[in-house]
Amino acid sequence: MALIAAFYTFAEQTSGGLTLSPAVLVASLYVFALAAFLGYQVISRVPPLLHTPLMSATNAISGISLIGSLVIAGSRYEHHQTLASVLGCLAVTSAMINVTGGFLITDRMLKMFRKKETVKAEEKK
Amino acid sequence: MIFGQYFLEATYLIASCLFVMGLKSLSHPDTARRGMIMAAAGMAAALVGTLFHPEIHNYIWIVVGLIVGSSIGIPMAMVPMTAMPQRTALSHAFGALAASMVGLAEYVIHGAGLGPVKMGALGLEVMLGSLTVTGSLIAAGKLQEVIRGTPIMFKGQHYVNLALFLGMITCFVLWMINPASGIYFYTLVGLAFLFGVMLVIPIGSADMPVVMSLLNSYAGLSSAATGFVLGNNVLIIAGTLDGFSGFILSILMCRAMNRSITNVLFGGFGAVVATDTAAGGTMREVTLDDVAVQLAYANQVVFVPGYGMATAQAQHACRELGDLLEERGVSVKYGIHPVAGRMPGHMNVLLAEANVPYSSLYEMEQINPELSTTDVAVVIGANDVVNPDARDNPKSPIAGMPIIEVDRAKSVVVLKRGKGKGFSGLENPLFFKSVTGMLYGDAKSSLSNLVQAVQKV
Repeated sequence: MALIAAFYTFAEQTSGGLTLSPAVLVASLYVFALAAFLGYQVISRVPPLLHTPLMSATNAISGISLIGSLVIAGSRYEHHQTLASVLGCLAVTSAMINVTGGFLITDRMLKMFRKKETVKAEEKK
Repeated sequence: MIFGQYFLEATYLIASCLFVMGLKSLSHPDTARRGMIMAAAGMAAALVGTLFHPEIHNYIWIVVGLIVGSSIGIPMAMVPMTAMPQRTALSHAFGALAASMVGLAEYVIHGAGLGPVKMGALGLEVMLGSLTVTGSLIAAGKLQEVIRGTPIMFKGQHYVNLALFLGMITCFVLWMINPASGIYFYTLVGLAFLFGVMLVIPIGSADMPVVMSLLNSYAGLSSAATGFVLGNNVLIIAGTLDGFSGFILSILMCRAMNRSITNVLFGGFGAVVATDTAAGGTMREVTLDDVAVQLAYANQVVFVPGYGMATAQAQHACRELGDLLEERGVSVKYGIHPVAGRMPGHMNVLLAEANVPYSSLYEMEQINPELSTTDVAVVIGANDVVNPDARDNPKSPIAGMPIIEVDRAKSVVVLKRGKGKGFSGLENPLFFKSVTGMLYGDAKSSLSNLVQAVQKV
């Protein structure tokens, strides 16, 4: 414990406000652990029938890294402005591909899973 | 905190809740669509909220990224369902690329100023992200058949991989000790790219369901690590959900093949073929008309599709035959093995696309008890998932893998392109059993011909 504490003191001394404070780190670990638990509960209830849509849905959702990319692409920096903006722009592009593509194709797939009655009714038309 | 920041955090909180609710709705096909629309709304809220982020000053790069991203993403959502596996592999690559780029940019901007905790998360993020990018691209290449689908192996491969892995760890540690020396960091990124390639090339296409799930998991965990670097909870939540979903799927896929993850990753399955099987004798070929009569007068018919159905695009012809039989009062069911196809749930999506109602799609555990009372089981381009050797022959390379026990049906019809062995190169004793009849030819045309033949009965 003392070692960890020393580690943090060192970290905070070297670099001011940028570093992760222990309180925030602990809170983040809580969020991570609870999300993992929740994810396990929720996802193990998804039937094999919907495993492909599940994969594209989680893919779309993890496109949320878009919000981190947006901030990087749009911020002003003292050094390496161009490089940071280009990397940010690349990240926005890739994340946006997953967000638009992921949600659209998930919806397209889910539209196809229909009840017997619905299929019959549509064929009569 | 000023008001703007509360607004921002509120949109993230809403997004997190909507994501969880969206995934929960996937537990049933009837609620799934509405749930995913909610999740998409959550994403939109987070996106709009972030556009008002106080640090954003310049919108040019953002607009460029959003437009280019959408104009690639939308066409990627229009691919035919048979191309779903390679599309999904590509989207794993893009997800991981986004996470890696964020990590790289953070290091470029802040350098050693990030502090050890964030740097650890950042290193993990970029390492996992980079190896997922190249790994997924190779997987997509194999699925698209740009790259040979069989395992690519060479002498000393395990040592090369081990050396690469140790190299990555060394760079990581050296970089943590000397945070300002970018050289270690960039070497780490380079090694991770290479490691991703090496990880996937020895894996055969038939094992792709596991690899896809595993890459899904890595991409998710990489996003979660981004959340730690940026101190952003919604990223941690979404990334963890994605990571765990991939992890659970890989376990399910491995269980469905009775193999461990290490065996899939390092086994090079399908490269060395042990033909140690009791299979022998002659295969009995049957004619279209025979099969048509059998089907038309059956009480229950079970279709068992495999990857061959996808390559032959036979799902629509299959549904037509199923409908025709149902009109004649035959009970028609579809039995789907968890690893049939090239990604989890592949066959379900293909059949759903062909208008098969989901109530006719049965999981392996549900269909197996029904097979003994089934008159005809029709195997369409599936091989290993119906190989009785897995159950009967403990020496078989696939021994212990749960199968769909079509050989318990009163009669089995196997639609197969030719007399050759299946993808894995294993001999299948099912084809030599007395109950089995072989109908050679392209699955799609065989099925369409069967439709016509049944109409004449």
